[in-house]
Amino acid sequence: MKTPFFKAVLSIVRKDLRTELRSRELISSMGLFALLSILVFSFALELDRIARQEAISGVLWVTVVFASFLGLNRSLAMERDQGNLDAMLIAPIARTTIFFGKLVGNFLFTITVGLLLLPIMTVLYNVSLVQPLVLAVLFMGTFGFTTVGTLLATMTVQTRARENLLPIVMMPLALPLLLAAVKASTNLLTDSATEDWVAWVQILAMVDVVYLVMCYLLFEYVIEE
Amino acid sequence: MTETSTTRSLVEIRSLVKAFGVLPVLRQLDLTIEKGEFVALLGPNGSGKSTLIRLLSGLSKPTAGTIHIGGWELPQEAAAVRAQIGLVSHRPLLYENLSARENLVFFSRLYNLPKDAANARIDDLLVRVGLGRRTGDMVRTFSRGMQQRLSIARALLHSPAVLLFDEPYTGLDQDAAAILDDLLTDTHAAGQTIIMVTHQLNQAAKLASRVVILSRGKIGYDAPTNGLDTLQLASIYTQTTSMATAKQ
Repeated sequence: MKTPFFKAVLSIVRKDLRTELRSRELISSMGLFALLSILVFSFALELDRIARQEAISGVLWVTVVFASFLGLNRSLAMERDQGNLDAMLIAPIARTTIFFGKLVGNFLFTITVGLLLLPIMTVLYNVSLVQPLVLAVLFMGTFGFTTVGTLLATMTVQTRARENLLPIVMMPLALPLLLAAVKASTNLLTDSATEDWVAWVQILAMVDVVYLVMCYLLFEYVIEE
Repeated sequence: MTETSTTRSLVEIRSLVKAFGVLPVLRQLDLTIEKGEFVALLGPNGSGKSTLIRLLSGLSKPTAGTIHIGGWELPQEAAAVRAQIGLVSHRPLLYENLSARENLVFFSRLYNLPKDAANARIDDLLVRVGLGRRTGDMVRTFSRGMQQRLSIARALLHSPAVLLFDEPYTGLDQDAAAILDDLLTDTHAAGQTIIMVTHQLNQAAKLASRVVILSRGKIGYDAPTNGLDTLQLASIYTQTTSMATAKQ
């Protein structure tokens, strides 16, 4: 009786991509915010090469995280404000398909902004960020952050102070993930020994898996009245 | 599905209670609706009409009591129930940045309709609701009346057994309301079971085959509309709702 899981997820992702391609609401606000942030940081951090290498991963993650807050809030608010969440909830689909559909969309929007940042930051800070391992950490960190963000934005979007509430409830939960992502990318960019970054990448992967499973299990309770 | 499903009415509500915290909104409600009926649910604000629609559509869970739709029980068999209901709310439940057709295609996928059958059904419904020439236009360019008509097409897409309307006339001008009247009449004439929450007594008297008045979470009046005009219904409505207030 239920619509197949992947068909429903894919439909939601396609719908999100199509509406975003038309309106460019999320990407433009996230991209503009990210661009302004790295410009401000580049003016403020006129440091020597080593200091820049150590600070740059912090700049990257602060920018990605705050741009992602904008996207997460807006993505769920669009569903809520037009009542479309109800329209999806009365369809014969598993509740978790809504979670995965929104998660994939949110991840794609955030990673697009992250990927745009890397070459711009490489030029601005004169530190090569376009490296396969840095890209892998960016993917893993962004995935974990948007996973927990999609769950929490579904909760906070139902409140009046949603824009303020999401960062407040999300930061403590996302802290282990951000710590691992920042440490892994800092160690990679400062050419530290392999054992210095491998452990952080392993922690990041583990936190991603734990958050994904937790959010999958909790989403049905969050979305219910 | 329960064993007795073949003998059940299309909608069966037994001893339904819904409370928000300690505040009861629906109190021991019993209601049975047969296939093909057009039930107008009336009542003052806060009487529990919209709460009942949310319970019937599976958007909310009962505090106590049972709801069966087409023999399937809520909330245990929610997916099966959801496949049998269509909801038209006072909000259009549509994506503004998608065209009329794209909206219906998206929902046809969520309802797992086969692609060819879905395309044919979408074409047919868009013509039926008078949007045959606007299929490629973005919903954000539609008037409120056009959005509401598209919303009806969305709700009818999967041929639901029961169509739920929650104050569908909200924000419609007279012309749009008249078009909606015609659509509801045609839909009911095609054998569709309809439950409509409304404050419009004239629409209830004109379109519905049965009127149920809710007052303070209980059914105060339940009878067929046979020949009932708006003035008579208004009188019954006032008596029913004022009696409930007096009892308090």
